[in-house]
Amino acid sequence: MNGVHDMGGMHGMGPIRHESNEPTFHEIWEGRVYALSRVLRTRGGLWNLDASRHNQEILPPVEYLRMSYYERWLAGLLKTVVAAGDVTTAELESGSPAPGSAKKAVLLTPEAVPSMVGRRASARRDVAVVPQFKAGQHVRARNLNPVGHTRLPRYVRAKQGVVVLDRGVFLFPDTNAHLRGEKPQHLYSVQFAARELWGDQASPIDSVRLDMWDDYLEPV
Amino acid sequence: MDLRPLREEDPDPVKGWPIVLQSPRSSRCERPSMLKLPKLAGRRGFLKHAATGAAGIVAGAKTGFAAVPQDHASQAVPSDLTLRVKALESLLVEKGLVDRVALDRIVDTFETKIGPRNGARVVARAWIDAAYKKRLLADASTAMEELGFHRYQGEDIVALENTPKLHNLVVCTLCSCYPWPLLGLPPVWYKSAPYRSRAVIDPRGVLKELGLDIGADVEVRVWDSTAEVRYIVLPERPAGSERLTEEQLAALVTRDSMIGTAKVTLDVRKVPA
Repeated sequence: MNGVHDMGGMHGMGPIRHESNEPTFHEIWEGRVYALSRVLRTRGGLWNLDASRHNQEILPPVEYLRMSYYERWLAGLLKTVVAAGDVTTAELESGSPAPGSAKKAVLLTPEAVPSMVGRRASARRDVAVVPQFKAGQHVRARNLNPVGHTRLPRYVRAKQGVVVLDRGVFLFPDTNAHLRGEKPQHLYSVQFAARELWGDQASPIDSVRLDMWDDYLEPV
Repeated sequence: MDLRPLREEDPDPVKGWPIVLQSPRSSRCERPSMLKLPKLAGRRGFLKHAATGAAGIVAGAKTGFAAVPQDHASQAVPSDLTLRVKALESLLVEKGLVDRVALDRIVDTFETKIGPRNGARVVARAWIDAAYKKRLLADASTAMEELGFHRYQGEDIVALENTPKLHNLVVCTLCSCYPWPLLGLPPVWYKSAPYRSRAVIDPRGVLKELGLDIGADVEVRVWDSTAEVRYIVLPERPAGSERLTEEQLAALVTRDSMIGTAKVTLDVRKVPA
């Protein structure tokens, strides 16, 4: 979706506020939101990574910009716990489990934390898919404007680049975010000249590289 | 309409108005203790806000967290969010889904075990061991495991070597993708709109703002993390560091140098004896 989260190339967002010796979490609640998210996301479905990202993208733009980072995570959590059926809206309102509701199985025991943190779950898919492009090939980013989730930033659409490397087969976030299948396909590192993206104001020797799936590209 | 020429004290039209999109540092760094929280007069009230927010988001309405004041300074006031998160956690614990000790361990892991010191060890090893460096640049995911660091979150890690002629810079314009196993969780500025918006269109301006001037003859290559591939920069080894040990070198390597927003300098104050 052409949301405010797709920020590459925007102006007017202010100076970069660098902080020395920044703590991992500035507030205790931020760490709790992070940990809760990691526990709840040990499952797939609505909790998959792409769906979780999309939940934040669909926040109203004004809210997205106003919220701090972990506030956005909390917003995603509150939405998904209800949508995934973990709790009901009534339970969120009352703050307690519905009377007589069955206790659910714990998602992650303390003993399982180290293996979860070191888990080798991967977005790579070990399936044979024919690559549509090859290294060295000139390509154009397709001018797609899907209303759903995509990892094709606006600033690169309809621009020409070169495939540098085929990274192998990965699941496709555009469908996975909406539980419409993984649609595994090849992912490439594609280089775009800075001047192709931004015109003559950019340095003639600079470039931007993005990871792009088959469905984002067309031959030139 | 104000047609007078721009003056020094005017907001910089490129850098934007001096608005505070993130909370002011001073307030953010105060860590409220859960023990000092005002007594909960029942969770109902706090979670009702949460539910309203959640329902609003579900319905696509623009209410969101309407209960949170818009005023930027107030954004840092923790009580509302603290209580709301505490209430959500309690509900999920009572439902049986979540074990509090597991949450504690996850927080502790990222506060004390997984952070930029991991990446610094990988960089230092690559500086002193040419064969390791070769393996790192060919397949960083496997090379980091040699030092005991596991990849996760479905990530392939790729190391990008800075040279006198090439400077790499990492960003995620769409969200906050970052090499967690080697650098820990990303700093606020990396996830913020100013960095995400400008790193791709004006990387040299961004680097200058952060104190790094890159020569016009050096290529700046920006890596936008659009997929599940995570990037870490292998910075240049500082001149004069030839006699330092691996451990001493690791102490010099900063988080920012592995994002590409800084160079590693030979700061003797950082070198352990």
